[in-house]
Order: sequence, then C-alpha cells, then structure tokens
Amino acid sequence: MDAVIDYDVTRIKQDFPILNQQVHGHPLAYLDNAATTQKPNCVLKAIDYYYQHDNSNVHRGVHALSERATKSYEAARHKVQEFVNAKHVEEIIFVRGTTEAINLVANSYGRSNLNAGDSVLISTLEHHSNIIPWQMVCEQTGASLKVIPINDAGEINLEAFEKLLTDEVKILAVGHASNAIGTVNPIKFMINKAHEKNIPVLIDGAQAAPHIAIDVQDLDCDFYALSGHKMYGPTGIGILYGKKALLETMLPYQGGGEMISRVTFEKSTYNKIPHKFEAGTPNIAGAIGLHAAIDYLQSVGLDNIAEHEHELLIYATEAMSSIPELRIIGTAKEKIGVVSFILGDIHAHDVGTILDHHGVAIRAGHHCAMPLMDRFEVPATVRASFGLYNTREEIDRLVDALNDVRRMFA
Amino acid sequence: MNLELRELYQTMIIDHGRKPRNFHKMDNATHVLEGFNPLCGDKLTLYLNVNNNTIKEVSFEGSGCAISMASASLMSEHLREKKVADAEKVFHDFHELVTNDDANINMDELGKLTVLAGVKEFPARVKCATLAWHTLHSALHGEHEPITTE
Repeated sequence: MDAVIDYDVTRIKQDFPILNQQVHGHPLAYLDNAATTQKPNCVLKAIDYYYQHDNSNVHRGVHALSERATKSYEAARHKVQEFVNAKHVEEIIFVRGTTEAINLVANSYGRSNLNAGDSVLISTLEHHSNIIPWQMVCEQTGASLKVIPINDAGEINLEAFEKLLTDEVKILAVGHASNAIGTVNPIKFMINKAHEKNIPVLIDGAQAAPHIAIDVQDLDCDFYALSGHKMYGPTGIGILYGKKALLETMLPYQGGGEMISRVTFEKSTYNKIPHKFEAGTPNIAGAIGLHAAIDYLQSVGLDNIAEHEHELLIYATEAMSSIPELRIIGTAKEKIGVVSFILGDIHAHDVGTILDHHGVAIRAGHHCAMPLMDRFEVPATVRASFGLYNTREEIDRLVDALNDVRRMFA
Repeated sequence: MNLELRELYQTMIIDHGRKPRNFHKMDNATHVLEGFNPLCGDKLTLYLNVNNNTIKEVSFEGSGCAISMASASLMSEHLREKKVADAEKVFHDFHELVTNDDANINMDELGKLTVLAGVKEFPARVKCATLAWHTLHSALHGEHEPITTE
C-alpha cells in the first residue's frame, strides 16, 4: 500500500501534549492504544470549558447553566448518532463504557429472554467483558454459554459458527475486532446468518471504533457497544447503541433519577428511551469530551486513520518478523493495528519492563482474554497497538529495544 | 543500558530465571500449596518437606517471568535446613528488601537473595518477586487453598 502522502503525523502528534515527554531518558513511544488512547487538546479543552462555564445538572434545572449543560449533553448524543449512523437519536444510550453496555444488555435483555435450555453464543476471541456478563446471566437463568472456535491465525471458524447457530441460541455476542490479537471479524456476514434465524446480535466495538468507520444500519446489528477512552475521548463514558424497537421492550437496568416519568411508593412508570437506561446524573463532561473526540477523528478522517494504521501494521509485522525467535500471535488476514507476540522463552513481563526503560510503552499480559491465551497455549503475550499518532520511527525503536532484550537474556 | 535495569536483571537472576534450581515435584512433601498472580498469570506450586520444625527440602514447579522464577529458585536454595521460625524471619526480611528503601535488615543473612533488591525500583514487579514467598508463608501456616497476590 502507498504511504498516505497528506497524512501529517508530526502535526497530529502536536495535538497530544502528553506525548511530548521523556520516559526513563527517552522520548515516549506510546504503543498501548488498545488499552487506552491519549487525548487531544480539543478534548481536554472541551472538558475544561464545560467545568469552567456550563457545569450543572442536566434535564431538570430551569436556569441558564442547566439549559446549556443539557444542550451540550444532547448534542453529544446527536454526534454519536451521526458517528455510528443510527437511525434515531434515542437509540444512543450513554454508559460508562463497553463493559457497562454489555452488562446492560445481558441483564436487561438477557434475563428477560433467556431460559433453561437456551444458549448465548460468543467467540474464543472475546475480551472478559464480553464473556463474564453472559456467564453471570447464564448462571441466573440456567442458559448455557457456547463458544465459536478460531483457527491458528486467530480467525473465527465460520463453518463451526453456522453449526453452532442453532434454535437454542437467543443472542449472539461477538467482538468487531480483537483487543488481544487484532483480528477483525466478518461481523456483517455473522449478523446476516444470525438474523436468518431471528437471533439478535450484540457487537463489542470497543477496539473497532477508533479504527473502522461504523454504520450500524448497514451492519444491521441489534446492539453495538463502544468506549470513549479507546477513541481519544475520556474514560468513564461509553455508548450502547440499540435498535429502538428492542430497547423499548427492555426493562431498565438500574433504577434512580432521570429514568422515571412518575413515582409513587406503590408504583413507578419509566421514562422513554434513552433516558430509561440512564439512571442518575450521567457523565456530562465525559459525553462532551466524547463529542470533541469524534470531531477530532472526523477532522483527521477515519479512512485516513485506517490507512495510516494499516501501513504501520504492515511495517511492524515485517520488521518484527526479522527478530529471531519472535512469534506473532494472531496472523489474521483482516487486522487492526495490533501486533501480539512472544519472544522466545522470555516472559512478556520481563520484555515489558525492559521496553519501558527504552521509553516504549506496550502491554504485557493476558489482555483480559485468558481463554484466548489458553487457545494459543501461551501464558501471556507482549502487545504493541497503534494509534493515529504513531510513527515508523517508534516501531524502529520497538524493534531495537526488542533486540536489546534478546541481548540481555542471551 | 540503564543502571536500574541492569541491577534488576543481574546475571544471577537471568540464570536462575532460565534454569531454576529445585524445579520439580516432591513426592514426600509435607506441605504443598499453589500460588497465583492473577494480574500477570505467574503461577507456581510450592513443595516443602518439614521435619521436626526444620525445612529439609524445598522445590517448586510453575511458570512466570524471570523475576518470579529466580526468586522462587533462590528461595528454595536459601531455606534448606532452616528452622521454620527462621524461615518466617527471612520471609519478613525479604519483603522489606524488595519494598522498603530504609529497611533495617541484615543483608549478610539474606546472602544471594540480595540480588533481588533492585526490584524495589520497579513497583509493578514486586508481586513477581514475592509470589513464592507469600506461598511459603501461607503453606507454613497450614493453608491449603491456592493463594493469590491480589
């Protein structure tokens, strides 16, 4: 692939003040974007501006500040609607993050629709946040959890998937992209197949959102979950998209202020969507920060970002393949910018500590995907994950540092 | 190479990490206990043969980073023929060694274990160095359920 000529990574980097620092005497090379991304100035400023000028509670005050806070909060909802191309703005529910979004669906939709004998279908690639909520609801309802196997490249086995898609399956919950090894799943195909059997589908989009343009109407998924902090927004804010017709039939997940329309001690009636699912004072500043993050992503252009990161992935995969005894875990044809690997018999944590002393920040461990580590029979991997501000030079430094690790353990 | 890093990964640590001593199951163990570090996945099974309040033999099996394996390996050598009460004191002193800058401990008594002193500059790695020791402490207190460092 040709390099993106007009992609000015130097200028982009300047938008992220945190990246301009030394770690252990070296310039920081932040390659841990699958864990969380850094925040551009515009996000920091939006949050700061809100607390300096508009801070107030939403949807209840009659005063000017509350009106401004409400307006900004709801504008963020409209921005997210546009970002994922949802049909209706009330299909966008603000949550704490992907984890809470999945717990909401598992508890609300799952508990009402799962019975003994039913099953929930997930894949081997899932993050713990798309495993445990379903395990918990299965324990409560007597339903069972079924798991789609993957091949040695880390791709979903589609034949096995179709066989597992039986009438007992009441929901399919699968990641758009794997946090641990980078695989992008053929979710549109999987959603189609599930819908042929009237099985609703939840997509865990935490890793996909900052890298792949999302169109929930085109995908036709029933739920889509994402986290603000993985897409250059603040922590503590995320999104659950759900189809209106489904959300309207679902019971609230939490009770409290905001989610009711009338309360007596005998009975309460619930508010309309999305407010039915937003009990308590929400993360207003978080939503405003997320709005700014989406503006930022759109100003750089998601297609440009995808191309830049793909180029980094190809470059890194090639450069790292030249390191003796380095084995890349996850070699799917379709990947986001994630390279997970092991280095001979040197443990991932030793590699991580040494890389840190070269100013290279990566993740070492099981990446909250222990069953996936078991599948590849490794206790842990080292993971470099790329974002829109990373450069080839940073990958060169990663490779140099890895060679240093090998020398140290020789 | 950074000095702190060199201090952490001394030759002896890399040697014991890659070729741990007393790395086997023990058939005549009087104490067996599993230790687990859920954060990073380090795990080991510790075997002790204690007779007449003396630790006659220590061995272990498991997998983990160089720091956790080296720490377990050096511990297994150090505790041989130690009284249980003395082993408890070593547990305490070792913990001080890897966590406390102003530790009031006798470095001579710790012998080779002092090579792990560099760990205190790496707070994220203290759990790796202490996993075997916490497992020892719990095993000597008669615990049977696997312990974790969380």
